[in-house]
Amino acid sequence: MKQRLRQSVLPLVAALTLAGCATTPPEPPPEPAPSASDLDALSRPSQPSPTVTAPIEPQPYSPLDDPSSPLYRKIVYFDYDTSEIPGQYTDLLRAHAAYLYQTAGARVTLEGHTDERGTRDYNLALGERRADAVKRFMIAEGVPEAKMGTLSYGEERPADPGHSADAWSENRRVELVY
Amino acid sequence: MLRHRFIPSRLLLLLVLLASATAQAKLTIEITGGIEGAQPIAVVPFGDLDGARPSIDIGAVIAADLARSGRFKPMSRREMLVTPHRQEDIDFREWQLLSMNNLVVGEVAPNTGGGYMLRYSLYDVFSGKKLMSNSLPSTEKGLRNAAHRIADAIYEKLTGEPGVFATRIAYVTSSGRGPNARVVLRVSDSDGFNPQTIVDSPDPIMSPAWSPDGRRLAYVSFEGRQSAVYVQELASGRRDRVASFEGMNSAPAFSPDGRKLALALSKDGNPDIYVLELGSGQLTQVTDHYAIDTEPAWAPDGSHLVFTSDRGGRPQIYRVAAGGGPAARVTFEGDYNSAASYSPDGRSLVMVTRDGGRFRIAMTDARGGPRRFLSGGGLDESPGFAPNGSMVIYATQNNGRGVLAATPINGGATQRLSQDTGEVREPAWSPLLR
Repeated sequence: MKQRLRQSVLPLVAALTLAGCATTPPEPPPEPAPSASDLDALSRPSQPSPTVTAPIEPQPYSPLDDPSSPLYRKIVYFDYDTSEIPGQYTDLLRAHAAYLYQTAGARVTLEGHTDERGTRDYNLALGERRADAVKRFMIAEGVPEAKMGTLSYGEERPADPGHSADAWSENRRVELVY
Repeated sequence: MLRHRFIPSRLLLLLVLLASATAQAKLTIEITGGIEGAQPIAVVPFGDLDGARPSIDIGAVIAADLARSGRFKPMSRREMLVTPHRQEDIDFREWQLLSMNNLVVGEVAPNTGGGYMLRYSLYDVFSGKKLMSNSLPSTEKGLRNAAHRIADAIYEKLTGEPGVFATRIAYVTSSGRGPNARVVLRVSDSDGFNPQTIVDSPDPIMSPAWSPDGRRLAYVSFEGRQSAVYVQELASGRRDRVASFEGMNSAPAFSPDGRKLALALSKDGNPDIYVLELGSGQLTQVTDHYAIDTEPAWAPDGSHLVFTSDRGGRPQIYRVAAGGGPAARVTFEGDYNSAASYSPDGRSLVMVTRDGGRFRIAMTDARGGPRRFLSGGGLDESPGFAPNGSMVIYATQNNGRGVLAATPINGGATQRLSQDTGEVREPAWSPLLR
């Protein structure tokens, strides 16, 4: 298992680290200076006093938010009535496994969903089965179980509320929520 | 991780604020389909005595109830030539000529000490015989309920089975998407009036189930990004979180004595059926199988549960003793049967069945046998019997929108219940309320 993890994970870790170096976090947009009318508004007693918030720190770079990183994709779609992970998602899930394995403190919730066909509580169980399938894949890739949670929403949170075959295929999914 | 604690929720405070905004969320009822075989009955507008000015039209509520049952065809008021309120004013020959079977007359009088006294009589038009005569007091606020109770008494006298007009329906509504999503658990009268908000949440709410005394609802809520089963007292809003184990906490069903909940929990890795004793918190595992076991429902005598399992490869209905033991398969027809529940007499099951890609509501004998379709289907689900066993309520789609439907099990007019906006789903008919 360890051996296999090293083989599959190490090149990816390197790639992700490089990707990290290559991208600079975006500058926070400049704050507009207060205009005279704004200042006037602030001094008016009838106005509610503005809430003071802490200054916004620039977000540290995360490959999870970088469209050029494989980790940007976080959804696995399933065929009807099955919890088998389609082969095309193997690379994607290996990338997430590597990230979870390598990143201290990283944790993911695997959210299972179904389409609307069939009964709600049975679908809740099917959604859990899909989330569990992804979890088992990740464990086989060496991710510690403690870094993953599962949650099924069944058919309660469709990505597409429509009733067509296209909508249904959008809804049969597991989302990796960090 | 079993917890019994009061959650003094901000949610409930919100409910109070929302109470005034629920009036426009009323369910609207349309009757679809034919009414062949419905009995002609005349419900004469009630007379107002001694300056009584009731806020609702008692006779109209009674007539609408009887019409909704599919068993009666109330006479239009426009066709009534006379409107008697007492026996001495009735000329039965007039009602015979109008081909009425039965006649209801009544009066509303102010009650000493406030409120009203409602008096009514039911007659057989052919013989002129008085079949029933009764009076009942009511507050101003309770007038609709009093009218439903009169309709129940008339229905029972003429059909021999209890009426279900003075009952309530729990249902889930949803509107908005993403950050604007609202899921609301509501309870309304059986005719859609008086909708009350039970829980209002941005997260999914599922599987409402009535306690046998009609005072509590169990449901599943996903607040805090986990599923948990709650039991909420309707009058006070007080609620307990009774199951929040790791994994899925789902599909609550009260035992007929109201002291236990059957549940589907996946705390040990995959969903199995459990029975939770509400007083002690003691949990008993009823099924133990690596397949999915869910959607438990009690037999009316409390001895057995039926549930959905895909242990045979496809979801089918199984039966197991409430204390556990071997499970026996009940359904064999079709490759998808799920979400079964018993009729009040325990003889039949209603369930969701797949029929050539369509999900339809069907009935079958509780011991197994062929299925009989009750709905045309598409995406029909969440079926359950009315507490007198005469009708089945379920969720369906109308023009792509979630609505409820109630259909008599022996054929007749189907009612459709919808909201002006948003989706309605997961109906649960209350028990008879005494």
